[in-house]
This record gives sequence, structure tokens and C-alpha cells, in this order.
Amino acid sequence: MKRWHLLAPLVLFVLLAAFLWRGLRLDPHEVPSPLVDKPAPAFSLTRLDDASRTIRRDDMLGKVWMLNVWASWCEACRTEHPTLVSFAKSGAVPIVGLNYKDTRAEGLGWLARFGDPYAMSLFDEKGRVGIDFGVYGVPETFVIDKQGVVRFKLIGPLTPELIATKIRPLLKSLGDA
Amino acid sequence: MRRLLVTLLVCLLAMHAGANEAPPASADPALEARVMQIAAELRCLVCQNQTLADSHAGLALDLREQMRVMLREGADADQVRRFMTERYGDFVLYRPPLKATTLALWFGPLTLLIGGIAVLFAVLRRRNRLGAEHFEPEVIDTTNEGLTT
Repeated sequence: MKRWHLLAPLVLFVLLAAFLWRGLRLDPHEVPSPLVDKPAPAFSLTRLDDASRTIRRDDMLGKVWMLNVWASWCEACRTEHPTLVSFAKSGAVPIVGLNYKDTRAEGLGWLARFGDPYAMSLFDEKGRVGIDFGVYGVPETFVIDKQGVVRFKLIGPLTPELIATKIRPLLKSLGDA
Repeated sequence: MRRLLVTLLVCLLAMHAGANEAPPASADPALEARVMQIAAELRCLVCQNQTLADSHAGLALDLREQMRVMLREGADADQVRRFMTERYGDFVLYRPPLKATTLALWFGPLTLLIGGIAVLFAVLRRRNRLGAEHFEPEVIDTTNEGLTT
């Protein structure tokens, strides 16, 4: 009975192991975005396919939409692309592309080659709107609600699993609201 | 002939040097120094163990340019830092702010140190009070006696 304190090292070890085990599962590249639950930053950009048409944030008010940041130079966007194309076909939500630090010719060429899942793509040549959205690793995906509030942010490629477990339930709850 | 060759060589070297030299980031060294001073305390999100000042990532270049624009327009360091945290979160600050979620970060090590010292003192005081019979008697080692003399 007096020797219970001999267990202390074991308890400490288990505690430390639990913390380290948890640490293994955390991805330091997944920085929680301060944008979630805040209004999407204002922007005013021309369409990738039409330099004479300007789209503003407030044009998108009143509907739930998805913003997907992509670029023709982005390898991970290629990986993500088939998922986006099939998700777009389901018609669950309009997907707006943000063509980030690209050229019009290369961006349009990329869409022609691999398919265009986007309702439209906005052309962010200098990446200035990307900065306002806190973009640091393309591809990134945002879900924005009818009031223009960011409800979800993903850094890295969308996967069918993420769409099923995160995006679709979120869209359902936003659609009802 | 030799002179011509030397001239040619010097010209080539000059061209080479010109090709490698980075364009000055800003014509205003004072502004550049302020940008770098602020950027040295901000984390680059692309290569997370570098500061925004050290990093050559495209995003770091863009963000430094953004800082130049803001400082030129009269923003102060706090406004630049707020601009960054509004977009990328407190994670970009190498000096995290003191708030409820960062209390453990700020005071955790000190609490552990104080706790450790308290335990050490408690153990030492208890041992001090114990009589000699609680310790193993000192064993006098006789096996090596022959060797020392």
C-alpha cells in the first residue's frame, strides 16, 4: 500500500505516450482558418474566360456556393480534379473556381484538357484575392452560405470521403437554414 | 588582340553578374528594413519553420510586397500584424498573444518547473526527517583492498 508511488513513472509514461500519440495524428499544415464563421472577404475579379465580365462577392449572396482555389501549375489540383468533376455533375452546389496566380491561356487550356467542373472561374492573376482568403496551399476549398459567411475551409485536395462526410452534410444543413 | 580578349572577358563577366543579381526589392532601404523587421516575427505558412523574412516561397514574396504597400500607405506594424492574423490566424505570429487558449503555452513550463521544485523539496524534507535505520547501511567495499596498496 505504501508503495503506490512506485507506479508514478508508469503513470507519467502513459501520460506522455498519450500526448505524443496524439501529436502524431496532428498535421501542422492544417492551420485552422480564422475566416470560418466570418464574412467572406470582398473581391472583384474578372472571369477567367471573359476579361470583360467582373464578378463581386455580393453577386453571390443568396445562395450557398463553393469556392475552389486552383492553378494550372498545381500538381495536387490534378489529383483533386476528377473528384471535383464528378461532384459538380451531381449538381449539389455551384462550384466557383479561383484561378490563382496563373495565366488566362494556361488556365483555360488546363480546363479544356481535364474538364471544367466550375460554374465559372475567377482570374486572380497576382494572388491578391488569394491573400484575402488566407490561401497558402493550393488547392483550397471554401463553402460560403447564403449570407456570404464562410462555413468551411479545406486546405489540400478534396476527396470523395471528405465530400461524403463533411461537405454534403454541411450543404444539407445550410440548404435547410 | 590581347586587349580585345580582356575587354571581351570583362564584358562577359559583367553580363554574368548582371544576370544573377537580384533586382532591388525596393528603392527605399528604410522601408525595406521595416518590412524585414516585421516579417522576421511572422511565420511563412508555406515553409512553416521559416520566417516571412527568410523565405523565398512565392507567397512570402507576395506577402512582403503587400507589407510594403501597406507601410507605404502609412500603416503601422500592428496593422500589418492584424492584416496577417485576420487571414492566417495567430499561428503566423512567432510571439503568440496571451489569451485563454494560450495560457497553457505561456505558463505551462513555469507551472511544471514550480511543481517539480515543490516535489523535490517535499521528498528531500521527508528524507531528512527519517532516521538512519530507513536507509541501507553503507557497504564498505573490501574486495579491491589488495589492489590499492
